Amino acid sequence: MRVLLYRLLAVVLPVAMLEILCRSHVIPPLTLPAPSLITLGLLGILEHGTFNAAIVKTLTNVGLAIALAVTVGTIAGAALHRARTLRALLEPLFSTYYAIPIYAFYPLFIVVFGLGDAPQVTIGFMLAVVSMIVSTLAGLDSVPPVLGKTAQVLQLGPVATIRSVTLPYAAPYLFTGVKLAIAYAFIGVIGAEFIMSNTGLGYEIRFAYDNLDNAVMYPLILLILLIAVVVNMSLDHWERVLRARRERA
Amino acid sequence: MRRAINSHPSLFLVIALLVLWQIMFWLVGRNALLPPVETALYLGRLLQTARFWGHIAETGTAFAIALSIAIVAGLAIGLALGMNRTAAEVFEPFLLAGNSIPKIALYPIVLLIFGIGMPAKIAFGAIHGVVPVAIFTLTACGNVPPILIRTASAMRLTRWDTIRSVLLPAALSDIFSGIRIGFSLTLIGTILGEMFGSQRGLGYLLMTAIGLQNIEVIMSVTLLLVLVAATVNTLLLVQDRRLRNPAG
Repeated sequence: MRVLLYRLLAVVLPVAMLEILCRSHVIPPLTLPAPSLITLGLLGILEHGTFNAAIVKTLTNVGLAIALAVTVGTIAGAALHRARTLRALLEPLFSTYYAIPIYAFYPLFIVVFGLGDAPQVTIGFMLAVVSMIVSTLAGLDSVPPVLGKTAQVLQLGPVATIRSVTLPYAAPYLFTGVKLAIAYAFIGVIGAEFIMSNTGLGYEIRFAYDNLDNAVMYPLILLILLIAVVVNMSLDHWERVLRARRERA
Repeated sequence: MRRAINSHPSLFLVIALLVLWQIMFWLVGRNALLPPVETALYLGRLLQTARFWGHIAETGTAFAIALSIAIVAGLAIGLALGMNRTAAEVFEPFLLAGNSIPKIALYPIVLLIFGIGMPAKIAFGAIHGVVPVAIFTLTACGNVPPILIRTASAMRLTRWDTIRSVLLPAALSDIFSGIRIGFSLTLIGTILGEMFGSQRGLGYLLMTAIGLQNIEVIMSVTLLLVLVAATVNTLLLVQDRRLRNPAG
């Protein structure tokens, strides 16, 4: 309880501080408008629906990237778990993957796919899919081999084996994979929109920045931060609830 | 074949990727891709020009400063929170949330604060790198056996001595992993920072090449970045494993 209070203070105090600094013009309004004005601006934008199309576009692309990454990642992870040689071959790729600046490939995707939604979704997918594959592999590795043999002895079918042996062990890892995939998909899609595109929240922020339109830029940045933080924190919370329930059982 | 792959996976992976690249080239054609050999030759030619080395030096300087800031600040944040249980509990969710934010959305703010040029790139690179270093350091402090900390306080070590001779050595391998990830993210952040509001550096080169649809430059710069990132990461990974497993 006390921790929650401190956490609240850790958010409220800096914001209040910023508010005072902005209102007293220590921070010029051209650099940063007061937090209250940014919030009001965001409410205004949401009320008028000025950027609803951009918001829907970004969320759709992020959703597509997540769905693709989770599906492909789980299937590829499960397949790789069986194909030992292929897995040995790809293991160094997985361990260096996130060191590679994926955005550097974005220009190539634009040239190959054109300036539609495909390059953004591809970037989001590429960032997200590997964490899903790696988590799936880790999850399957965590199933004790003796349980697989027990399932064979009991003559469980593949569906029953997955349901009652594999999933209970692999589920926490899969959940972590999905959580990472969601974060990466957001980062990938919005980053790609920001670099070069003609729709979406990232594009609108870039456009507003190029026109020095702070009244639009800051509320949209706040919106992205809010979406990312709320999604991440609810997943964290959900994960903790699941883990607690598992420990009790 | 199978045994060869298992003993030298990286070598076979590189070969497989090169073959894949060549096949992709045959599929999509010269408008979109350059084959591996030509890309390497073009990169070789670029590396002979002084102007290209100027861009490399610019990116390298920004990256080195950003990485130093990220490591020092990340260690400081991680240790400060790691030595105080309540502080760790209060601030850990903020760090984790900081990891999932698309930081590129913050770039306009960085530009407004620092203006166009070197400081903005450095700041943007450091923003990317500092979070993983801090998170890993914090986790590492949590993993240090409490008996070591209690021994340190029984011996009345000062706070600084505790950090230097107990906490850092005990947490070194985890902290090193954080620095390895921080390295990659700082590089990505610096390049991204150069793509907007910059007149020099590899990121700027990429951005202008996109505008001109200059496939040769896009491919060679991408190849260079991937080579550097992958090589350094592999070296750090080897060192990382050695730290974790001194006997092997």
